[in-house]
Amino acid sequence: MEIIIGFGIILTFLAMGECVSVLIGHFVPGSVLGMLMLFIALLLKWVKPNRIEKVAHFLTGNMAIFFIPASMGIMDQWGVIKLNWLGWIGVIVVTTICVMAATGYTVQGLSSWGKRKGGEK
Amino acid sequence: MMREMMMSVPVLMALTVGAYLLAVWIRTRSKIMLLNPLLISLPIIITTLWLCKIPAQHYIQCNSMISFMLGPCVVALGLTLYEQRMTIRQYLVPILSAVLVGSVVGILSVVALCKWFGLGSMMTLSLEPKSVTVPIAMEVSKGIGGNTAITAISVALCGLFGGIFGPLILKLLRIKNPIALGAAMGSGSHGIGTARALEIGALEGAVSGLCIALMGITTAVLLPIINMLIGI
Repeated sequence: MEIIIGFGIILTFLAMGECVSVLIGHFVPGSVLGMLMLFIALLLKWVKPNRIEKVAHFLTGNMAIFFIPASMGIMDQWGVIKLNWLGWIGVIVVTTICVMAATGYTVQGLSSWGKRKGGEK
Repeated sequence: MMREMMMSVPVLMALTVGAYLLAVWIRTRSKIMLLNPLLISLPIIITTLWLCKIPAQHYIQCNSMISFMLGPCVVALGLTLYEQRMTIRQYLVPILSAVLVGSVVGILSVVALCKWFGLGSMMTLSLEPKSVTVPIAMEVSKGIGGNTAITAISVALCGLFGGIFGPLILKLLRIKNPIALGAAMGSGSHGIGTARALEIGALEGAVSGLCIALMGITTAVLLPIINMLIGI
């Protein structure tokens, strides 16, 4: 019963997210909106965390299995990737470094700025 | 008859579950956290389908029930976010700004580099959401017209690269602040990055895990806007 309730709550939020997504012209995926709504509902204590814990932990703990089937679509894309696989890997490597540098420096910059501001007081 | 059996939904679904379990078993056995279950299960399934001459599209269709769970999986990340609400509250400003800057840099760097390397628009759209955890990246990719398979594998490779070289890169960049380290690992390489960040420290790991879900939200919202602005 616990699992059915948990799954039902998660499905409800997914459905609500999907409806809002339709309303805004699929600008943001329904599942992402559902995640946001669930987060807010948990903060406002509309949903008790222990109601969904079991199902949510099962889902997030075994995430990889849910995207294996769709990833097999890569078989039909070999042609596109083979054309420029070096470019593909290049983009992945360089952008990952870019993102790490950007986030890391932002936090570090903010904290040293905060310290300096604190020191001036 | 044998072929009919192999082509049936339960058998092909069992193949997915079996390949996943085998991949997880290999990872636990070898104790190498970097062995991504997705990247190990794919070759197993590809070989099996090839040996039995089953078209990939048929396999994907038969597994639509498993694929459907992607949606609930993303929603469930809302609980992960909730469980880390204390960390959010404590480091609200640095984490939020890091995630905002990170997702914008992530999207723009993909667009710029795809042009530089001469990758087509389909590849660009599939790669744009790659700085986000796989299920969210796939949903976003589907929304903007990318190929979800390319997105999923790119994100997995990205996690692999960041998981192996992330700590070294951050050392070279002289990023030492634990929150900065966690934010960079989580934003740059998601799940594997968080596993590595947890090895460095508990705070690094918590911040990293948090950034995964937050990057997902900001990227999902910002990506269509940026695409509209730069006209892709």
